[in-house]
Amino acid sequence: MASQNLQSVPAELSPEEQEREAAGQAYFDRIISEDSRIEPRDWMPAAYRKTLLRQISQHAHSEIIGMQPEANWITRAPSLKRKSILMAKVQDEAGHGLYLYSAAETLGQSRDQMMEDLIAGKARYSSIFNYPTISWADMGAIGWLVDGAAICNQVPLCRASYGPYGRAMVRICKEESFHQRQGFEILLELSNGTPAQKQMAQDAVNRWYAPSLMMFGPPDDDSPNSKQSMAWNIKRFSNDELRSRFVGMMVEQVKVLGLTLPDKDIRFNEETKKWEHGPLDWNEFKEVLAGRGPCNSQRIERRREAHENGAWVREAAVAYARKQAEKVNAA
Amino acid sequence: MSTKDTDFAIEGHGDISVGVHGAGASGDGSASATRITPGNALRPEDIALEISRGQVKPSEDIAGFALRLGDDGLILAQRLGHWISRAPELEEDIALGNIALDQLGHARSFLTYAGAAWDKSEDDLAYFRREHEFRSAHLFEQPNGDFAVTIARQFIVSFYQYELYSRLVESTDSTIAAISAKAVKEVDYHRDHSAQWVLRLAGGTDESRARMIQGFKLVWPYVDELFEDDELTTRLSESGVTVQPSSLRDEFDRLTGQILAEAELDIPGVPQAPGGGRRGKHSEFMGYILAEMQVLAREHPGASW
Repeated sequence: MASQNLQSVPAELSPEEQEREAAGQAYFDRIISEDSRIEPRDWMPAAYRKTLLRQISQHAHSEIIGMQPEANWITRAPSLKRKSILMAKVQDEAGHGLYLYSAAETLGQSRDQMMEDLIAGKARYSSIFNYPTISWADMGAIGWLVDGAAICNQVPLCRASYGPYGRAMVRICKEESFHQRQGFEILLELSNGTPAQKQMAQDAVNRWYAPSLMMFGPPDDDSPNSKQSMAWNIKRFSNDELRSRFVGMMVEQVKVLGLTLPDKDIRFNEETKKWEHGPLDWNEFKEVLAGRGPCNSQRIERRREAHENGAWVREAAVAYARKQAEKVNAA
Repeated sequence: MSTKDTDFAIEGHGDISVGVHGAGASGDGSASATRITPGNALRPEDIALEISRGQVKPSEDIAGFALRLGDDGLILAQRLGHWISRAPELEEDIALGNIALDQLGHARSFLTYAGAAWDKSEDDLAYFRREHEFRSAHLFEQPNGDFAVTIARQFIVSFYQYELYSRLVESTDSTIAAISAKAVKEVDYHRDHSAQWVLRLAGGTDESRARMIQGFKLVWPYVDELFEDDELTTRLSESGVTVQPSSLRDEFDRLTGQILAEAELDIPGVPQAPGGGRRGKHSEFMGYILAEMQVLAREHPGASW
């Protein structure tokens, strides 16, 4: 198994420790081969832990940064029902961030540290959230395309080999499903509305289509970590496989919306039985990932500002809890 | 567990289908894909349905009263919504978002009901009235300030609303009573949330205590307005639709006083502002709140969303 190749046993281990390591590795390998679950107290290869920590914390950061482009429209939502749904959705995202940070903490890193890394620009998050939401229809396009792509990515993660991650994903996927529906509903309403509303919807779909396809990550031949993640039963399908399935679903749904996808090259390949799409600008993807997207600096700054403005509140809560504990002890 | 077939299954979690049946936002509320309120909780859509069937129609006075309560909730939700993605902790993004959602929910119900008197929808009332037509009290439009100001405002609001809604549960108007029965349970949580934060901030660090004191100073001038009686409340209290706001004051003082005493905070010795929100006289803040809230809806008059 590929996982065994990555496992290196430091030379200074005593014979007993080496034996424990070997037993741990054997247990891990058996769990993976049985497609069962690794739990926080189980032995796991250092590289497995590192990979998961990176993936789960990036996912958590994406939820937290992902609140911003939608929060941008809460105060301007054009009906009270929409305002209420949007608030609930952004609130869900904060909740997803919390479950995921908690899942990541079981791997040995504190939420504070992860937050520090995010603010310091050391951690990544989904680059799609570095695009601006410039119209109300973007709330629809994000729900339909971005959350739709996220669901395609995340449903298989409910079976990820790491227990806390898989379980967090079950709940997250349930809520994401509502998010996708509400996005579709926004676009459907706009598409059936006035010509200006329909134009707003088409414009949003045009802008979010390619970035949402790129959410699945680089093409398979340019995705160095995918193979190992698949061997560890963290990832179940390749980036291109998921992207193709997503395109197939969107092709059908866009017809119901009465809108079009900005891609003339979409076709179903009868030989491979897979959906194909036109070329994507991977250079733009890399640029945004490297920090040169439209909103990278703004998103991190907002997070930093919220975190730093809140420091005195968190300190107060800690100080109060300590004083209360002292009172209880003194009594 | 077998794999490939289940990954994109339509049932259970990860449902990517879009439920095209009733995917539109119009019609009765059950068409919404986002109907998640459990049980028999009263929703604004239910009230709209009763109105459309001619089952309920408020008098001019009752509509005017519902408008006050609806506007209070709406303007506060607009303020609180700004915190989402900016709070001191993720837990507070969620808590303040929840309070905002509750307030917005109450507002939608009250505005839907009020609108029935004038053949207007909740959105007509929220998006197409002008500043002087809003009936919210001044406290609700006060800026968020820092977290302590928001908590001070919420503390006053939730203790006031708790007293009010717990009386309105027995309103002779069954719709007002029903909305209040749902609201009072939620506002009880808001009381708990804000009281706990008052205690933490007042008893935390020197900085948090100073900020909490300052927060109360900023919002306390708008307390008296909440408890003012006027001709409308006098008429409606005679018919048992509501109680006189002044009758809520003792309990409000007693219960907030307990928390403030535990927090070792004095009631701020600041003069009371004259208010006027119930008569459509607002502060400088209100115009900006409405400008932001109404801009998109007004760009597309008559559009459905």
